[in-house]
Amino acid sequence: MSWPPPLPRAARPFVAFAGLLRAHGFPVAPEQVVAFLEAVELLGPRHVTDIRRAAIATLAPPRERIDEFLALFAAHFLGQGRTAPAEAGEGEAEPLRVQEEAGGEEELMLEVVGESKGEAASPAEALGLRRFASRPAARPLERFRREAPRRLPRRRGAGLVRAKRGPVVDLARSLRRAAAHEGELVELAFRRRRVRQRRLVLLIDVSGSMKEQSEANLRFAHALARAAERLEVLTFGTRLTRVTPALRLRSVDRALERAARTVRDWDGGTRIGEALAAFLRVPRLVGFARGAVVIVLSDGLERGDPELMVRSVERLARLAHRLVWANPLASGPGWRPETAAMRAVLPYLDALVPAGSIATLCREVLALARDRGERRRAA
Amino acid sequence: MAARTVYGLSGPEALAKALEDAFYLADPELATAAWLALALGKPLLLEGAPGVGKTEAAKALAGILGRRLVRLQCYEGIDAAHALYEWNHPRQLLELRRAGDRPVDLWADAFLIERPLLTALRHPREVVLLIDEIDRADQEFEAFLLEFLSDFSISIPERGTLKASERPVVILTSNRTRELHEALRRRCVYHWIDYPSPEQEARIVMLRAAGVAERTAKAVARAVARLRQEPLVKPPGIAEAVEWAQAVDLLIAGGTPWPEAFRRSLGVVIKDEEDLPYVKERLDSLLAEARP
Repeated sequence: MSWPPPLPRAARPFVAFAGLLRAHGFPVAPEQVVAFLEAVELLGPRHVTDIRRAAIATLAPPRERIDEFLALFAAHFLGQGRTAPAEAGEGEAEPLRVQEEAGGEEELMLEVVGESKGEAASPAEALGLRRFASRPAARPLERFRREAPRRLPRRRGAGLVRAKRGPVVDLARSLRRAAAHEGELVELAFRRRRVRQRRLVLLIDVSGSMKEQSEANLRFAHALARAAERLEVLTFGTRLTRVTPALRLRSVDRALERAARTVRDWDGGTRIGEALAAFLRVPRLVGFARGAVVIVLSDGLERGDPELMVRSVERLARLAHRLVWANPLASGPGWRPETAAMRAVLPYLDALVPAGSIATLCREVLALARDRGERRRAA
Repeated sequence: MAARTVYGLSGPEALAKALEDAFYLADPELATAAWLALALGKPLLLEGAPGVGKTEAAKALAGILGRRLVRLQCYEGIDAAHALYEWNHPRQLLELRRAGDRPVDLWADAFLIERPLLTALRHPREVVLLIDEIDRADQEFEAFLLEFLSDFSISIPERGTLKASERPVVILTSNRTRELHEALRRRCVYHWIDYPSPEQEARIVMLRAAGVAERTAKAVARAVARLRQEPLVKPPGIAEAVEWAQAVDLLIAGGTPWPEAFRRSLGVVIKDEEDLPYVKERLDSLLAEARP
């Protein structure tokens, strides 16, 4: 085998552009770069617009980031100023640290707020530790755990499984059975759709304004983790922390203790928008949310930029099968939020449900499974 | 270097021209993306809001290539059997009965029900495969499709692996109700179809509804563009614009005065009960802006 020949000089700027895109967080695969080079060659190129069109068609920038993409293009190929991309993607260039806890545990911690912009964050991010007192499980939680396995949202899986009765006659199997009866169809075999539990993602706000509910919410998350097959739980405040492994422990007290140790930003400030944006930047977490029922457990009192929160919620809504906001401030079904941020995200939510107490929360989550058919927005 | 000729089209401009002759107005970006998809042998992924003409683009493309359009409409719960092939078991059973002692080949073509993907594989030169509204399908199906689109081969256990003799022309559309998997986007040539500009839309209206006066077409295009900026549950698509122009034209021909014609035919363009009162309130100012 021989080494590939060095890159022709003419191809270099195009390959370098792919590198530039990657540096700005655009996912660009090698096959796309190859397609880009081929496309440029195919088109001539007679003009720089040919190159631009080829770039958009083959490198497929996400629609929300097209302005940023075009600014980078202009900077790279036309030598225009680099200020535009920073403006277009504000907040996106922010450093994002992924911390894995010592000991190889699977906790995943993301810095939501960069150290540089510490105004609201540094006093708030006191990295408080929490202790939870051991107490017997609340009655509603016990009932929830019993009922949840049957009543969590489901989805039809791909493929059919054998069944005693079902809408689809399994003719292949019936055919074989008929062979045992000299080719006479005596007994029909059936198949039906495999039904699976839909993936659930629970995002719990643990900031100061949610202080009263934090413990109850975690107890609820633990009950849910015990009942659900596919669940991811993350907490957010000034950081985004994955607590799923902690909640897998059988005993509530030990699970809460471990979660309390894992989460470092108890009762700090809230930056919902930045937390959700951080969530959406990690492909693995995006993978969790895709096609899942995503439940955000938060009062929606955003201290940061409401626009970022709205944009992140919009994207999350597109990823998720259903996006549900459980708000402890919500008192009943007719409740409408007062804050601008919460009101702005309303059109993207599939449901806005009350979460004032464990009992309401349990009831609302169990009710999610009843929702079938087409998507309906909350607003 | 001179551009290559693919499918008899010397470049994006030639494709745009051919599409226009087929009554589809494509902007240069779309024409470039479509031509590149043909030239590179990659699927074309069209994303955009409902009603911007994604499916129409596929139909027009099939038309100018002189090919049959094979359409696979996706929905939640679609599985490989709906997309690929099924065995016609009732027919097999009947054949067994009829045959008596004669040996029967149960896996002959006669018992194979072709679904769109298999059709595209077996007749790559005769069809354009349209995989419509892929965002409605489940992730499993998306993953399956990814595999299909990368090597254009499928295996039928009873018959062995079937591979396309050449890459078929494939167009995927998505309304973007959910985000598609990165890998799928990577494999395709991508284009985001936007709503056309008012000038472009006026041309589309006149192309599709030949009898409509230019003045009406332009006013409708402007009004529709304005309506799309409002927070509507269901913003009007291009088809609605064409119908509105026709409706307004009919009413004006019947003696209805200009703004009244727009008002009376509003049901043609706004098709959601929540949107209707909202738009009615603001219609006068909207029309004032749209007036030539």
